[in-house]
Amino acid sequence: MNNDARWMTGIGVALFGLAALFIASRAADATFMWTGLACAFVSVATIFNLIRISFDEAEGKPPPWPGQAVPYALLAIAFCSVLFHVLSPWWWAPIASNWHYIDSAINLTFWITGIVFVAVMIFMAYCLFRFRHREGHRAEYEPESTRLELVLAVATSVGVATMLAPGLMVWNQFITSPSDTVEVEAVGQQWSWNFRLAGQDGRLGTTDIRAVQPVGNPLGISPADRHGQDDIVVEAEDLHLPVGKPVKLLLRSIDVLHSFYVPEFRTKMDLVPGMVTQFWFTPTRTGRFQILCAELCGVGHAIMRGWVVIDDEPAYQAWLGAQRTFASRGSPNIASSESVAAAGHGRTEKGPVHPAH
Amino acid sequence: MGEATAKPLDGRGHAEVPEDDLYHATSWWTKYVFSQDAKVIALQYSATALAAGFVALVLSWLMRLQLGFPDSLSIIDQNQYYQVITMHGMIMVVYLLTALLLGGFGNYLIPLMVGARDMAFPYLNMLSYWTYLLAVLVLMSSFFVPGGPTGAGWTLYPPQAILSGTPGRDAGIVLMLVSLIIFIIGFTMGGLNYVVTVLQGRARGMTMMRLPLTVWGIFTASVMALLAFPALFVGAVMLLFDRLLGTSFFMPAIVEMGQPLGYSGGSPILFQHMFWFFGHPEVYIVALPAFGIVSDLISTHARRNIFGYRMMVWAIVIIGFLSFAVWAHHMYVSGMHPYFGFFFATTTLIIAVPTALKVYNWVLTLWRGDIHLTVPMLFALGFIVTFVNGGLTGLFLGNAVLDVPLSDTMFVVAHFHMVMGVAPILVIFGAIYHWYPKATGRMMHEAMGKFHFWVTFIGSYAIFFPLHYLGLMGVPRRYHAMGEMSDIPLSTGELNALVSVAAFIVGFAQLVFVFNLIWSLRHGAAAGGNPWRATTLEWQTPETPPGHGNWGRELPVVYRWAYDYSVPGAMQDFLPQNQPPSAQATRSAAP
Amino acid sequence: MTIILLLVATLATIALWWLSHQRLMEKPWLETGPAEAFRGVTAGGMPAEKIALGVFLAVVSSLFALFASAYSMRMHMASDWRSLPLPWLLWPNTIVLFLSSLAMGWAQIAVRRGDAASLRKALLAGGASAFLFLVGQLMAWQQLAEGGFYLAANPANAFFYLLTALHGLHLLGGLVAWGRTIVRTGRSTAARWMTLSVDLCALYWHFMLLVWLAILALLLHG
Repeated sequence: MNNDARWMTGIGVALFGLAALFIASRAADATFMWTGLACAFVSVATIFNLIRISFDEAEGKPPPWPGQAVPYALLAIAFCSVLFHVLSPWWWAPIASNWHYIDSAINLTFWITGIVFVAVMIFMAYCLFRFRHREGHRAEYEPESTRLELVLAVATSVGVATMLAPGLMVWNQFITSPSDTVEVEAVGQQWSWNFRLAGQDGRLGTTDIRAVQPVGNPLGISPADRHGQDDIVVEAEDLHLPVGKPVKLLLRSIDVLHSFYVPEFRTKMDLVPGMVTQFWFTPTRTGRFQILCAELCGVGHAIMRGWVVIDDEPAYQAWLGAQRTFASRGSPNIASSESVAAAGHGRTEKGPVHPAH
Repeated sequence: MGEATAKPLDGRGHAEVPEDDLYHATSWWTKYVFSQDAKVIALQYSATALAAGFVALVLSWLMRLQLGFPDSLSIIDQNQYYQVITMHGMIMVVYLLTALLLGGFGNYLIPLMVGARDMAFPYLNMLSYWTYLLAVLVLMSSFFVPGGPTGAGWTLYPPQAILSGTPGRDAGIVLMLVSLIIFIIGFTMGGLNYVVTVLQGRARGMTMMRLPLTVWGIFTASVMALLAFPALFVGAVMLLFDRLLGTSFFMPAIVEMGQPLGYSGGSPILFQHMFWFFGHPEVYIVALPAFGIVSDLISTHARRNIFGYRMMVWAIVIIGFLSFAVWAHHMYVSGMHPYFGFFFATTTLIIAVPTALKVYNWVLTLWRGDIHLTVPMLFALGFIVTFVNGGLTGLFLGNAVLDVPLSDTMFVVAHFHMVMGVAPILVIFGAIYHWYPKATGRMMHEAMGKFHFWVTFIGSYAIFFPLHYLGLMGVPRRYHAMGEMSDIPLSTGELNALVSVAAFIVGFAQLVFVFNLIWSLRHGAAAGGNPWRATTLEWQTPETPPGHGNWGRELPVVYRWAYDYSVPGAMQDFLPQNQPPSAQATRSAAP
Repeated sequence: MTIILLLVATLATIALWWLSHQRLMEKPWLETGPAEAFRGVTAGGMPAEKIALGVFLAVVSSLFALFASAYSMRMHMASDWRSLPLPWLLWPNTIVLFLSSLAMGWAQIAVRRGDAASLRKALLAGGASAFLFLVGQLMAWQQLAEGGFYLAANPANAFFYLLTALHGLHLLGGLVAWGRTIVRTGRSTAARWMTLSVDLCALYWHFMLLVWLAILALLLHG
């Protein structure tokens, strides 16, 4: 390393250290403060070493590690990546649905890909360490090794199949909803969520985009369809669902693409205007979970939030009893409480709703 | 095409055009501005692409300021945020990476590496550059129109791309689509040139299997681009019709902000199919030239033949074919028919096998090599690290059901930045350090280069590696502010701040690179004709930088493949492709 | 997307056939030696312009195949598709375009015979009929517009205008090349140059006829 390089490196490392100090000083979180301090310390140590080596060089002492920074850097990257993976506090939210299969598939893929990544890094580091240019040394001439390539190809294929097979099996479950699901509709618009549950008759009424009225009928329920009259409309409020019952979410949008995403449920599906999309899941624990929009839908994309509340059965029935039907919303004069109570009653009597499809 | 393209038709192709038949520039204008020389056009392409890339880099700073320090240092609002991400993405993918790798490196390297005097159609080549420049100018002009550039995201998904809830709905989206259409027309002119030159312009003895992998990569990518860009063209034209003429190709019946619009029946998913039929091959259009270039960098600087050359060629070709059958892996949660998921997950993971074999062959080339850790080699190594990392996360996203929680989160952002942002950019830097001596006759400053490498490499890794974990937590992409998220700890704000700081450091390191580019033009050490002692033809030109017509009076004749490094018994540790076998014998017979 | 995938598969087959002649399985490091030993696979016989046109036609095929894919997908994705009555003018137009292509074939024969007079006649006939076709298409548009079939009224209409416009633009581009060729006939140009020029025009004309027939089939199908 010549002096120019040393100056450049020194300045770079100094900048890095300052940035780290800056982070540490502003950090509200202990992890960050320590990370910043550690980085700052590393940069001070590096600069100290640079100076020490330049003095050593001036005195004619041999450098401590003769230019083997690259393999060590590769090893450090592999090591730090694994360390980050293991220690980082940033990991998925505790699961609240039946889709722990997806978590398992991701974990399996993490294991396989992690091992491959570390192996490649170690191999590269070893090559750089061992076969670095030396005077008078010449590389070996070996155009190819069909056997080695064949072995590697087969091993890779096996690895890929190991990840693909469980992935496809879980995908099959994901797209095949069980027969006893309750259908619930979520409708997106710029930039809020509305929901609809089947009423007394156990089925959702048909919709028509031309029937949409911002006030009165935000979901575009066809007024002519009698099945729609007793549908329960939840406008810009929390959606409640009972715990432990499989739900099939039917998704519609009245304007642009949106995507219904609850990180704790591990599921996501786009809402596409002009069509109905769907996915199913079974909530496995009670709580209040945030719905995020995961498909760019205009300037309000980031604030398009909603909530799903998973209740136990009594709480769910209480909530359901307080909701209003489409008919009662449209004509506020009709006392709504009876009909809705009846709707709730009907639901408990009939059990899970089978929509006519 | 002017008379410049007149060529004898005696069945021997372009390669044997005598030097005097070439088009000769007569004035300063035709020599340096409206030049038909592929080398000048290459530099024009590169300079324009890099300038566009710097605009996109500055945009990424604005974005990172907003994400890292939303309360204190942000200088953009949410409208501008969406405009910034859209322009950043589109410029980087199309106007920087595609233009630089194919227009820049393709133009410079193809004629030199195959032993031709110039491209097959120099006039068309010149037209291609000026059309590209026009596309860039149209795109940039959208910064200055009322309403600003479009904020539809680089995927430009309708309906929101052309509705009023999205910034830049008036003029921005129209300029974006028009610019893309112009770009595609310009690229088609260039792409025809690259393909025909490789097919017809090869020097005597230059068989396809003697081509350096750089040419294979650029050639295959050009063929793919020629077939894939029409999909973007179709999508852009139809979207433009929907926006300007009120057709309903992609637009269903919509009630926007309480107002019913005049559209009906269109399908947004149709656009997604068109976009990704272009968009996925586009990933490989960027990746394949990078694969090719990095193979040559590793081989040259490890003084060893690229390991498994045949496998490398087959892998490029197989990836090229397969990449047309994987596009819908971007659409697992788009609402398309779910059974497609089985097919596309399978094809996507199959494509991982040839890609993995390429990686193995790169690292196996290092094995028992004689590795010189020059700046280009460092960048090549950096490419392997980031590409392996980004490629492996692709196995998550390509496997349909794993994509369900991860799709449209920061995990995706991290993945594609690692694999098609950082990795190809590192190759581009490595290639610039590698071929700069040929283009200018001077070496770039090594210490500055090493500084540039370490900061860019470690910095980029520090930017994009942690972002995967934001995505795992469930942070969606394209959020200008996270706001209150129930499941996401506040410490993610600190993580974002750290990432932003890394982004600024990396950004400033690029200034060192630009300074090095300019400084070395005058002060760099004289390079000589073949400073890296490489075998390929571009290093064997009689002049450096190569003169007009590249080869002086006589075209080179090729006697061997491109990777004769460290051949046992040879005097030197490399044998240029145009060195006849007899000369090798006599030289190796000499002491 | 079936149509474009079929096209890609066809092009892939052609590419594979070509690649199979490039000694892809040989070990190049063992084949050190002079070029002559491997003559068969170095840059070969066909003029670059012809190859370029071939590649360009592949690009144009890809473009129209993608439009055709979009057409059939859009048709089946929603129920609002109402086919428009094809204007009767399209049939005479098709005949004119066919004659145009025929005239170009005649020009090919003439240029090979070295018959300058009939070459000029044939080229003029080909270009003029192509021009006539374009005028006919514009009149067909007018017919439709008079019948109230506006662009934005229905996707079937929109596709009709879009596809015919795109085909017309490509033909217009061909007419530019035709203009250059016809100017050349006035000068004393080398015979092989002339042959190539006419060949390229004729190839493009035949291709445009094929594209038009494909579009017509698509429109009739809709």
